[in-house]
Amino acid sequence: MSDLNKLGIAEARDALRKGDVTSIELTEACLGAIEDAGALNAFVHNTPEIARDQAAAADTRIKAGNAPDMCGIPLGIKDLFCTKGVPSQAASRILEGFKPEYESTITQQLWDAGSVMLGKLNMDEFAMGSSNETSVYGDVVNPWRRGNDDAPLTPGGSSGGSASAVAADLCLAATGTDTGGSIRQPAAFVGITGLKPTYGRCSRWGVVAFASSLDQAGPMTKSVRDAAIMLGAMAGHDAKDSTSAELAVPDFEAALTGDIRGKKIGIPKEYRMDGMPAEIERLWADGTAMLKDAGAEIVDISLPHTKYALPAYYVVAPAEASSNLARYDGVRFGHRAKLGQGDGITEMYEKTRAEGFGPEVQRRVMIGTYVLSAGFYDAYYNRARKVRSLIKKDFEDAFSQGIDALLTPATPSAAFGLGEMADADPVQMYLNDVFTVTVNLAGLPGIAVPAGLDKQGLPLGLQLIGRPWDEGDLLNTAYALEQAAGFVAKPTKWW
Amino acid sequence: MSIDADTAARVAKLARIAVPQEDLPKLADELNGIIAFMEQLNEVDVDGVEPMTSVTPQRLKRRVDVVTDGDQQEAVLANAPDAREGFFAVPKVVE
Repeated sequence: MSDLNKLGIAEARDALRKGDVTSIELTEACLGAIEDAGALNAFVHNTPEIARDQAAAADTRIKAGNAPDMCGIPLGIKDLFCTKGVPSQAASRILEGFKPEYESTITQQLWDAGSVMLGKLNMDEFAMGSSNETSVYGDVVNPWRRGNDDAPLTPGGSSGGSASAVAADLCLAATGTDTGGSIRQPAAFVGITGLKPTYGRCSRWGVVAFASSLDQAGPMTKSVRDAAIMLGAMAGHDAKDSTSAELAVPDFEAALTGDIRGKKIGIPKEYRMDGMPAEIERLWADGTAMLKDAGAEIVDISLPHTKYALPAYYVVAPAEASSNLARYDGVRFGHRAKLGQGDGITEMYEKTRAEGFGPEVQRRVMIGTYVLSAGFYDAYYNRARKVRSLIKKDFEDAFSQGIDALLTPATPSAAFGLGEMADADPVQMYLNDVFTVTVNLAGLPGIAVPAGLDKQGLPLGLQLIGRPWDEGDLLNTAYALEQAAGFVAKPTKWW
Repeated sequence: MSIDADTAARVAKLARIAVPQEDLPKLADELNGIIAFMEQLNEVDVDGVEPMTSVTPQRLKRRVDVVTDGDQQEAVLANAPDAREGFFAVPKVVE
């Protein structure tokens, strides 16, 4: 077999079990592809020794029979996950040199299932960004280009390295995390599948915290089937995360029948934004028609508080971030500023955090500090939490009407150029999350599925939103959409 | 609500981030832009609405109050920028 790095999880699993290929061969193909792809800046810490050891162990296990689905599958891991003995920096200068003494629950579960770690993937600093331009490692480049134009494009963010690596076949799949759209927006920008599970489905233990009530990790893969398989290995209750749900993990792959006859798909009218590009509008209409043709019933619905989701998010997320990031004080881990004569502990904190945090992280920490400060707590933070309750209720009302899933665009545009937003107001960048952020606020599962190309040849994605804890049903609807859309385009290799 | 350079300086102080004096007006502008965006929330009628604490209604679980971990001094200090004699070291705090 050639081009083994181009396989997805399901194909590789089947080939491994048949003995047509070994994990060592898959791993070497990926390591070679990573070596050639420096221009994408997706992998930032490579772990070939760990990968080869894990692959050899996986091959032994597969030969013995009864190996789990993820056994022998080479993966990329977002830098936000703590991996024992391997740099885990959240793409921030403040965690320079940090090598965790422990392993995150999700990555531990993946290694226990026999998966192979190729290395750590670039991202926006502390997962704060929508274009992967806030990373201490530099920008990630999208493997896709606008036709013959060689201007570098963003892979989206914050899981930009994961998106770029999967789309460019540097790994079979990758982990991502999603606080306001950080799995789904980059997945849409590079033409792959990205799933944010229900809040509490996957343990947050050992994942560097951004906004704890919103953060959720999930798989970024080459197909819906792969997302179902990988979620099965990532999910599950963890006593070390008090918000992780004590629910059994179903066989998500078994839910993929492709039969969505009689399912009710809601089309929320508030997602039809002013100034939405005609191509996005058309993609959404096409996707609606595909689900209808597959036998689903299309229902127009209303989520009246949609407009307030982004402003509520940009109160709640920075507030939680300002608390979570208080731990970076130059005492216990990471960077400490060089101190001057007579500098005390306050100067140490202030200089360390000024040097260690990039501008976007500083901005969000300060916004969070402001909305939580005496006199503003009620006006901003409590009001935003109340609006969040209303946003969640909008979805509950839709589901109680019998809606099984909602279909929306994943992003308001295709991938834009790196640097194109440099002079824009920070709020302009935040608008990237307009279709995805509601899902985090309501704790729901959401999935981005590639559904077409724009006129410049760039991928566009659709988003499906499901009922809480019903990822199986959501994945099945996504599977039907994937079958109907038949998206098979790949970026032309230039790197 | 408008943030001036003095307020920006106070927020930076609370957040323990050193911001040079000359950067404060620009920071105030940026924060104002974001705060203005948040002001949209004032349009929403939130009377009688409970603020959300947890997206999944749940009572945090209790556990038995026993030691489950420990004796990891070396691992705890392994990443410290300055550790001495089994402790984190910081600049002098008490005069």
